[in-house]
Amino acid sequence: MAVTTASLSTPPDPQPGLIAALDDTARTWLEGSVAEVAAEPAAVRRLFPAVRRRCGHGRLDSYWTVDEAARAVLLTALPLRGQALADEVTRLHRHGDPAEQRAVLRALPLLDLGDLALALVRETLRGNDTTLIEAALGPYAAAHLPDAEYRQAVLKCVFYEIPLDRVTGLGTRADRELARMLADFAHERIVAGRDVPEDILPVVRAFPDVVGGRAELQHALKEEG
Amino acid sequence: MRIFDPHIHMTSRTTDDYEAMYAAGVRAVVEPAFWLGQPRTSPESFYDYFDGLLGWEPYRAAQFGIQHFCTIALNPKEANDPRCLPVLDELDRYLAKDRVVAVGEIGYDSMTPEEDEALARQLQLAIEHELPALVHTPHRDKAAGTRRTLDVVRESGIAPELVVLDHLNELTVGMVLDSGCWAGFSIYPKTKMSEDRMVEILKEHGTGRVLVNSAADWGRSDPLKTRKTADAMLAAGFDDDAVDEVLWRNPVAFYGQSGRLELEEPKPDEEATFRGNSIRRGGA
Repeated sequence: MAVTTASLSTPPDPQPGLIAALDDTARTWLEGSVAEVAAEPAAVRRLFPAVRRRCGHGRLDSYWTVDEAARAVLLTALPLRGQALADEVTRLHRHGDPAEQRAVLRALPLLDLGDLALALVRETLRGNDTTLIEAALGPYAAAHLPDAEYRQAVLKCVFYEIPLDRVTGLGTRADRELARMLADFAHERIVAGRDVPEDILPVVRAFPDVVGGRAELQHALKEEG
Repeated sequence: MRIFDPHIHMTSRTTDDYEAMYAAGVRAVVEPAFWLGQPRTSPESFYDYFDGLLGWEPYRAAQFGIQHFCTIALNPKEANDPRCLPVLDELDRYLAKDRVVAVGEIGYDSMTPEEDEALARQLQLAIEHELPALVHTPHRDKAAGTRRTLDVVRESGIAPELVVLDHLNELTVGMVLDSGCWAGFSIYPKTKMSEDRMVEILKEHGTGRVLVNSAADWGRSDPLKTRKTADAMLAAGFDDDAVDEVLWRNPVAFYGQSGRLELEEPKPDEEATFRGNSIRRGGA
């Protein structure tokens, strides 16, 4: 299927890029903090919020910013598993500002959480912050979100004008029902005389039978190519 | 004239106030965590409040060209309610955040053993987080309460230059300045301290280690009292430099000890949102 998406199953390892990007003071702080968290997990509660100030917040690669990557490194240093890990991460998210919450969401695929962090993804998808919604729809959501919720999340992105190439897993998770929802959405827009976002068309084209006899919709699908 | 209000509860104020403050010269504020006029009954209410002081309120202030910082603490009044005490265990998380420039308001309300415990513990948190402390002095029995506060500050081991005692008056200013702590004054429409009395105190004690604030909140108060005090200083013969020292350089020096003051003026942006929500009406 010719659907272009962020197809990473796991995000890039944040560690090597970070080590190159941080100056000596920041690197020393992060290494010390990782050791502290490994020895005493509760230390993460005061170290995690301080990361932006200590390490900076520029872009590191296409997936991570510096602060998100450094926070992910702290989370992966937690010597906790299962429910205990989920509780610590959930409380960091609950008490976090938007930058901290983005970092938690982006780090989820690196943590051994099973579906214990789905509540954080769901809470984010109920909100209105497009940067958080985008962070929530990474490899973790692609692997764990049930079909109906994944479809609703994609549709929400369309409404919030979040480009669909930033939603992980669309290539494998787009199904006939999602194509039907997007076709209906496109039809609604056409009837209202409004633009149809280009990036939904490949999903609809992959399931041509959802278009049915709607001539305007067939036309819109053909036009681009 | 540039003004830094080192103690104002903007959560209780309107967008008209922000506009008037900017027009009067206010470019930065510190909002201390305090009580809301009615008791909170669970720790979660505090966390939502802290999140607001760190999220929605700086966003609002920025839309009017004002930098907003905050101080975080369990306030003295609610330190007496056992339902609220678990907040003390979560303060570490909030004191580590970027826009938190002090621990506060801490101090005494009724001088109970519970308040003793909360004050001592939170002064230790200030030391651990390398933050200044904003200490409220009690409205009732103020002179005795201020003496006792200074004793606890001394016993805590925190450096006196990291501490401001607030809501002072003619009877308490001397002992605070003698201790090496900073002296804070809240200029109110009727109570506490007026701008003319403030000018007399500045004449007598000088302009060093003094912070002047409006402490404006949900009660009868005036967010422009900082500017009015500056005007009263000029009318009484103080020069522009003395006004700038008291209303800008002093608060910058005091809260600057946190290492977390970033004072470039925010550019209001009509399109900006906080978590997708905005102060526009008819929009999101």
